[in-house]
Amino acid sequence: MTNGKPGAFDKLQAALSDAEQRDPESEAIYAPAEQGMTRRTFLKYVGAGLLITVMPLEVLGQTFRRGRGEKGPGVSVAARIHIGKDGTITVMTGKVEGGQGARTELTQAAAEELGLPPDRVQLVMADTDLVPDDGITAGSGSTPRTVPAVRHGAAAARALLIAFAAKQWAVDAGAVEVRDGKAVHAATRRELTYADLAADADQAKALQQPAPEGVVLTPVKEWKALGQSVARPNARDIVTGAHRYPSDMTAPGMLYGRMLRAPSYGAKLTNLDPAAVQAIPGAVLVREDSFVGVVAPTTFAAERAVAALAPTAAWETADQPGSKTIFDYLRQHTHEAVQPNPYAADVGAAAKSLKQTYTVAYVQHAPLEPRSALAAWDGGKVTVWLTTQNPFGCRNEISRALGLNATDVRVIVPDFGGGFGGRHTGEEGVEAARLARAAGKPVLVRWTRREEFTWACFRPAGVIDIEAGLDAAGTITSWYHVNISGGNFGGSAVGTPYRVGKAKSQAVQADSPLRTSSYRALAATANNFAREAFMDELAAAAGRDPLEFRLAHLDKADDARLRAVLETAAKRFDWAGRRGKREPGVGVGLACGTEKGSCVAACAEVAVEQGEIVVRRACEVFECGAVLNPGNLTAQVHGCLLMGIGPALREEMQFEKGAVLNASFSKYLVPRFRDVPELDIHLLDRPDLPSAGAGETPIIVIAPAIANAVFHATGRPIHQMPMRLAKDEKTAEAGHS
Amino acid sequence: MDATINFTVNGRQRTVTVDPQRPLLDVLREELQLTGTKYGCGEGRCGACTVLVDGKRVRSCITPAASVAGKEVLTIEGLAPSKPPSATEGAALHPVQAAFLAERAFQCGYCTPGMIMTTVALLQETPHPTDEQILTAVNGNLCRCCDYPRILKAVHRAAEAGG
Repeated sequence: MTNGKPGAFDKLQAALSDAEQRDPESEAIYAPAEQGMTRRTFLKYVGAGLLITVMPLEVLGQTFRRGRGEKGPGVSVAARIHIGKDGTITVMTGKVEGGQGARTELTQAAAEELGLPPDRVQLVMADTDLVPDDGITAGSGSTPRTVPAVRHGAAAARALLIAFAAKQWAVDAGAVEVRDGKAVHAATRRELTYADLAADADQAKALQQPAPEGVVLTPVKEWKALGQSVARPNARDIVTGAHRYPSDMTAPGMLYGRMLRAPSYGAKLTNLDPAAVQAIPGAVLVREDSFVGVVAPTTFAAERAVAALAPTAAWETADQPGSKTIFDYLRQHTHEAVQPNPYAADVGAAAKSLKQTYTVAYVQHAPLEPRSALAAWDGGKVTVWLTTQNPFGCRNEISRALGLNATDVRVIVPDFGGGFGGRHTGEEGVEAARLARAAGKPVLVRWTRREEFTWACFRPAGVIDIEAGLDAAGTITSWYHVNISGGNFGGSAVGTPYRVGKAKSQAVQADSPLRTSSYRALAATANNFAREAFMDELAAAAGRDPLEFRLAHLDKADDARLRAVLETAAKRFDWAGRRGKREPGVGVGLACGTEKGSCVAACAEVAVEQGEIVVRRACEVFECGAVLNPGNLTAQVHGCLLMGIGPALREEMQFEKGAVLNASFSKYLVPRFRDVPELDIHLLDRPDLPSAGAGETPIIVIAPAIANAVFHATGRPIHQMPMRLAKDEKTAEAGHS
Repeated sequence: MDATINFTVNGRQRTVTVDPQRPLLDVLREELQLTGTKYGCGEGRCGACTVLVDGKRVRSCITPAASVAGKEVLTIEGLAPSKPPSATEGAALHPVQAAFLAERAFQCGYCTPGMIMTTVALLQETPHPTDEQILTAVNGNLCRCCDYPRILKAVHRAAEAGG
């Protein structure tokens, strides 16, 4: 994907020619046709200089997702790179930072190709007045799409600097090197900087010249900024408390807003006593049809006002299914027919066959910073700071909700407190903007944990049926996998990576009583849990070791990456040695999977103690191509693994009659320090492969590895997440072979 | 009925007139603009709001403002200046902050102030904690990014540095 693709550079050059126009007054180059950027705002922010508009790299065969609700063509601009006349380099991207490390890796990407240390690059993220709409931050897309785009843009800037210097000095471009942000002609010891480039009036014309050669990206072996464990640029502000998260934003005269929530999903407000709010000094009711909230001088007063208001509200409730019957409900409310196993005859004729059903409960992302937004109006325009992965989609959502033009809404996303795939919408921004408009003052809305646990999004519950046949040699002859999921997210990794003869898989959407969204790796977690647990049941039926059984079904050259992580994990974990031990109540399991261009495998050791599953040890091996930042990548992997232990063992939304029963951290038990097992996290670096995103896939194997370890310990397979041991469970006397 | 409460925050005498039941967290954030202390759960179960009151850690989200009258409150902002005094960036950090920075013991960082304050309290009481003492101290603090391994390293590092 990298070196010297002439196609990429030609497109970049064409884009530079088409999209950029010279502003004679400021000598800035800007792209007036782009939505969301006003020239004045932009120039005010970055000042005069050179602006390089970075096009999406369609040569990579990737499609961008537009902000939610936005119509029109796909993403037209992937990033902007501005070179100020003082040499300041500013990269502008629509991507957000929610802890996954995009700020760091995009900074590294620009620095690498510009030939600068990372601390010389400023990164402006997710301010819709400044950055291009390059889609949502989701789907592990920043690494495979935005990083290469930024690299190409930065490499183009470096190429411009070289060409500029060569022309100035009348030397061959091949004799000019870029070192530490300077073009250097070693023979004559002459230097020119990016500031010199930006200050040169002829550069606008230079931009329109055909490129003499392609943009050449820095080869992996020469990386100085990429491939290093560069620290997050604003790390110091994190440890001093100085960083302002969306919930920390303030504005002069700001009020605090809180919504009146329905007591259950689908309930409609039929009556309310507005006078109830008057008991709280300073509190003001805001009611616009079904939108009911209060604003007050403090959060405490706003809470008390809602508490005073709530008992006066009458609601018409609607029937809602509960979590106890959710899996039957999903089966009964599918949006399309579940196709029967087309290989039923093969299964019937197989030497052995197995059929199993797996269930996965609704869980929540529960980011530590709840949904928060500050809205401040200025005339007919509103600026909203909020917690979202989807700045332009939220701009559109807010503008629609308030009857504004999209250009009258500016969304700014400060680095926020965790996303995990659950922040694609902007309801908190709509609430803040409506309350602020009614109040005539800026309003901050910060959801409570109970609100977050009730009214935010959930990872869908699912029911998965798998059936397979085995021949006499213990080889899988046919495979059938159907995931019925409460949301349109069931398709991730629904197909098996194993060589199984004939395979049929189907993701079926069903009605969901809870509002669902993506969640790290979407249904790849559910599908891998079911598939990998089933693989161990098949291995047991075939009388084979789970590792050997998997490897036997990954026997083609294309399986090398998946085999590599699996074999490496098994070796590091001492699979054969641990599996052979017969300690009562202790078992080991493994699992592997591939998703979004990366491969992962895990081994786990569990102890089943007094009806509790304790994960003692886990080894995970992850491979996502060339490693961009090993420190951050390792953190993503251990973060995914540990986060994944929660839904595997305990996390489960409990609800009935449209109300969540465990909407608090005291009842919904997420992983804590004491849940951390002995960990061995290992990265397989593949500098020869394109870098894939890594914030999701490492979560998909820990649950099945644990399930298989429990199967090994107890002799009883696991069929549900969170895992349940049968009440009469006995720990295995001698383990299950 | 509002009450006038005098207390010390980060070494500075403060007077606020607030509802005595209002959480200390809200008073710090909304009256004193000290937003480093975070809201996470409102029930004292996540530790994001941890501050020290007379040297002991408390969950400020469930601590009524009136209860800190006459006491000394220390927040993340009071550990070290948020801007370094010189070009030697990092020199002004509290040893626990420096340890968290050195270990990069955060992803989104929203839990970090609470983690740091919890660690400061632990090391004041127990300068050389055992692993079990560390787990007991920090287990009430949640990190949803689950960066627990690096946080534990940072706590150990701070302990070794005499944090």
